[in-house]
Amino acid sequence: MSARRTRIRIVVLYFLVALSLEVAPLPGWLAPWRPPILALTVVYWSLHQPGRYGVGISWLLGLVLDVLGGSTLGQHALTLAVTAYITIKLCQRLRVFPIWHQTLAVGIIIAIHEFLNFWIDGMTDNLTGGMMELAPLASALLLWPLMSGVSNRLLSRN
Amino acid sequence: MFTRGPSLGMRLVLLTVASVLLMVLDHQRDALRSVRAGLSVAVYPIQVLVDLPFRVAGWTTESFATRTRLLAENRRLLAENLESRVRLQRLAALEAENSRLRALLDSTPAVADRILVARILSVDLDPFRHRLVIDKGSRQDVYEGQAMLDADGIVGQVTRVGPISAEAILISDPGHATPVEVNRNGLRTIALGTGDSSRVTLPFLPNNADVETGDLLIASGLGGAFPAGYPVAEVIKVERRPGEPFMAVEAEPTGALIREREVLLVWGNPARGLALPAESESSGDEAEPEGQAEPEAEVGAGEEPGAAQAPETRPATAPDDTEESTDQPAEEVETDSEAPQT
Repeated sequence: MSARRTRIRIVVLYFLVALSLEVAPLPGWLAPWRPPILALTVVYWSLHQPGRYGVGISWLLGLVLDVLGGSTLGQHALTLAVTAYITIKLCQRLRVFPIWHQTLAVGIIIAIHEFLNFWIDGMTDNLTGGMMELAPLASALLLWPLMSGVSNRLLSRN
Repeated sequence: MFTRGPSLGMRLVLLTVASVLLMVLDHQRDALRSVRAGLSVAVYPIQVLVDLPFRVAGWTTESFATRTRLLAENRRLLAENLESRVRLQRLAALEAENSRLRALLDSTPAVADRILVARILSVDLDPFRHRLVIDKGSRQDVYEGQAMLDADGIVGQVTRVGPISAEAILISDPGHATPVEVNRNGLRTIALGTGDSSRVTLPFLPNNADVETGDLLIASGLGGAFPAGYPVAEVIKVERRPGEPFMAVEAEPTGALIREREVLLVWGNPARGLALPAESESSGDEAEPEGQAEPEAEVGAGEEPGAAQAPETRPATAPDDTEESTDQPAEEVETDSEAPQT
């Protein structure tokens, strides 16, 4: 019971930190490279606890991000729910992949997430960055092995 | 594992429908303003949390500042204060004169009075848009479309208001347009944001327009969002292109768009907007004969009460209703316009 409670606390902490990092100020030249950290966190938890952290919670988190970041209400809710859905569908296979293989697969999921966002941004006239809008995808690919490795090590110790 | 409730696919479909509905309501109907305002209270702690390290850093540098630096700053501020107060004395006289002249013209006074200092939270919203979060909301009577200034000029306007925080857009945002006029001759145009916080462009000036490098652009007050007369930007590049209908003009915002940590919210005079319909009718009759008699000086002054109207019918060279440029024509008109009335 208490083990489960600490686990829930850890997950809540993860999501809070991810939400904060989504809006934390970065120096100007770095700002376009901000990785979609909340999407990565959703992928991580959908991958490791697919029964508990599914599309519903991801949808709610997306809604919070929409309010926090000022995007169209429902935009990130939709993209994160889709991200969680794809990850849960593929989680059995993703979990046994070697890390570089897994990174590529996660990259594809994040790419789908990003393109859904572009699509909605395009429809609501918010697409302003040009090719630099693709930068988060690259940084997500770099961040995933790091984040996944550190989290796995931290959590297996608990 | 997936046994509780509806199946995963079904859940996704339901949530997708819900999100699409939300997006349509939010983007097209703008119907979720109160929902967003309520939720913004819930996310405010996150924004404060993100802002906290920067606040602490600022507080630390402040408290460990050396005595000599504080003294130097204090001296500088005292000198500045003295200078500002001297200017203010002159301004008070000008303001009184201006409102007296406006009263004679049967026009509404255009001086904004209430001002509130708001702090910008260190929160990044979108790397490609110039938007920010401030720590004042509808509890402090902040409203949508309110003008935001700093010590040197207009920096932006409020776009969304929550109870304790608000979102604002800077004049350099690529989606923002500021109605401006050239301070030297009252030439009106629109300044568009570029996405670069040190540039705005003026794309709608014809090749023969009278604009020079170094011209100060001030808010024209058209559209009603920004109080007229506050500085917006300074022209830094004028390029006449013979093959094109418009020239390329770039300007640098006078306000510190990215360096500033605090902004001023200004409450413009609401009477100006409300009094419009009645005013513009009565002034329209008088403006006709005067405009024919002495077109150059009279056009601007006669139309003055309708200054916040839509810009489309406006002649590009009409003089404007700010202190420097109108004192002269206003005094001339004053006697003329009284004559047909009495």
